Amino acid sequence: MRHRSLLCLVTAGLLAVSGCTVERHWGGSSAPAGSGQAKVGLVTKTETNPYFVELRNAASAAAQAQGAGFMALAGQFDGDNDGQVRAIENMVQQGVTTIMITPNSSTGVLAAIERARQAGVLVIALDTATEPESAVDATYATDNVAAGRQQGAYVKAALGGAAPKVIMIDGTAGSTVDTYRHNGFLEGIGLADGDPAIVGRDNANGDQSIAQQKMENLLQRTTDLNAVYTMNEPTARGAYAALQARGLQLVMGSIDGGCQGVQNVRDGQYDATVMQFPRKMAEQGVTAAVQYAKTGQKPSGFIDTGSVVITDRPMPGVPSQDTAWGLRNCWGTT
Amino acid sequence: MTTHARAERETLGEFFLRAPAIGPALALVVAVVVFSLSTSTFLELDNLSLVVEQSLVVGTLALGQTLIILTAGIDLSNAAAMVLATLLMAKLLTGGVPGIFALVLGVLVTALLGLVTGSLVTRIKLPPFIVTLGLFTILTAVGKLVASGQAVPIAPDSLLAWLGTRRYLFGGIPVTYGMTLALVMYLVLWYSLTRTAWGKHVYAVGNAPEAARLSGIKVNRTVVSVYLVAGLIFGIAAWQALGRVPNADPNAYQLGNLDSITAVVLGGTSLFGGRGSVFGTMMGALIVTVLRSGLTQLGVDSLYQDVATGALVIAAVAVDRLARRQK
Repeated sequence: MRHRSLLCLVTAGLLAVSGCTVERHWGGSSAPAGSGQAKVGLVTKTETNPYFVELRNAASAAAQAQGAGFMALAGQFDGDNDGQVRAIENMVQQGVTTIMITPNSSTGVLAAIERARQAGVLVIALDTATEPESAVDATYATDNVAAGRQQGAYVKAALGGAAPKVIMIDGTAGSTVDTYRHNGFLEGIGLADGDPAIVGRDNANGDQSIAQQKMENLLQRTTDLNAVYTMNEPTARGAYAALQARGLQLVMGSIDGGCQGVQNVRDGQYDATVMQFPRKMAEQGVTAAVQYAKTGQKPSGFIDTGSVVITDRPMPGVPSQDTAWGLRNCWGTT
Repeated sequence: MTTHARAERETLGEFFLRAPAIGPALALVVAVVVFSLSTSTFLELDNLSLVVEQSLVVGTLALGQTLIILTAGIDLSNAAAMVLATLLMAKLLTGGVPGIFALVLGVLVTALLGLVTGSLVTRIKLPPFIVTLGLFTILTAVGKLVASGQAVPIAPDSLLAWLGTRRYLFGGIPVTYGMTLALVMYLVLWYSLTRTAWGKHVYAVGNAPEAARLSGIKVNRTVVSVYLVAGLIFGIAAWQALGRVPNADPNAYQLGNLDSITAVVLGGTSLFGGRGSVFGTMMGALIVTVLRSGLTQLGVDSLYQDVATGALVIAAVAVDRLARRQK
């Protein structure tokens, strides 16, 4: 029975050490608002998407510049609500004063956010709004309907009066951002969902290789088209590969504004991209966090960080910047 | 788990072989001690409670996975079945079906899936890996179809989310109903595996199916029963998942199947069947969560956390092999 007694000893030891902590209070050691020192936690959707890497780097730099503590955590994949909830809990546990989050699902992490807010943490949504928007204190994000509308307006102008025959490569079914962009595009080009002018449509989950495959399949059905909507730049690159293999030249637009995307526009892979400004979201979020720690004053509502069409073929009636400007400012603060 | 006659002196290998949950328990203790000493926040009651809460879903999946792996099988579709069940339950609930019926129906669906898997494995002699790989693909797609690609939020005060409710024991120890349910499940399974004929049959079938058959055990029936019980457990995991995140999401838990295998392996259960324990699995699930929580608090990048977890899995299997060789 030697080993059983060892186990008992270990268990007893465990109980003893955990017993020591009974007096500590629930909720960790979160500093009350107004006490001065900001501690900012950033929760992104994933670790690896360059967009979120940019967001993280910008937030980290802003926090350092403003003398705030900073930590970043992420889900493991798009849709990893559980991972994001875990991240929120761990941050509250470690006493952050502000959590900035790009929620994986607009409804998935609301319970955890509510608990964090009850513990006195300021919660800011970055890039992606929650549903309802009031679940967080404030949202710093691109108005994705407006971004889609700009893409639609550009494509419409670039078609120069020709009746649109468009293929739409969407993102993830059901994602709010993707739906907003999709609807905005249709508004901008002046079509309704289900219009016969939409000659094909599929979801590519924002993935380049899936987008290429889906586009190839759609082109198998028809090559009678003159415009393509893509929900982000990897999707546009995938679609471009499929179009190029078929020797098709048409008007294609995208959204994101990463440096690689702007370079794609410059290289002529697609005509325009709508740039958004994640660095601005991160910096404004950190500034609000510092302000909250100093004064207890919270930001509120939806703060649009703006979006700009980037193209080297400007169209009348569609305000835009060229790719030289785009390369200087990709995902920037302007 | 087994009751060998005690040898005069046993080697370390024999020791680990005889009590496979000891290794993981020690690893867990070491991790807890290290993190408690190196961070000021790890050893808080509410943090320890969080760690347990965070391990519940994968821990429950791993319970079912343990049963299957004990029969030398494997289930790659368990998390997909669980996600499908969460979607069905949430859809039914929001469609006006009372929570209790939604819950029962969801669990029945995963149990039925277990029955189907078990039948394919035993009747047509398909390798469990292949059957569940196919099912994984099917169930993932069906989940997305059921939900039309949308997440389905449920009211946080509904029966389906009830397991996430937090209570304070002795005035200060935060405990959720989900933890209590998990503890009960562990105890029931521990009893079933170690104190009943069924449990002995499960181990026997995993160790040497032919010998089990010759000694009169109905091998096929035992294996099917294991997949059925595991299916039931995956349904309960769905309930746990909704208690944790009251939002059924077709994209959630994409790595749940692998996470559950990780917990089982870290818990000292042999992938070759016939040896292991549910308490080992409990330790295994906790080790992963403790590592993630502790390393996070130390500020270690989560990609390095993945590296550490992966290395531990390989080490755990290596210990298993070495222990067997020593014997």
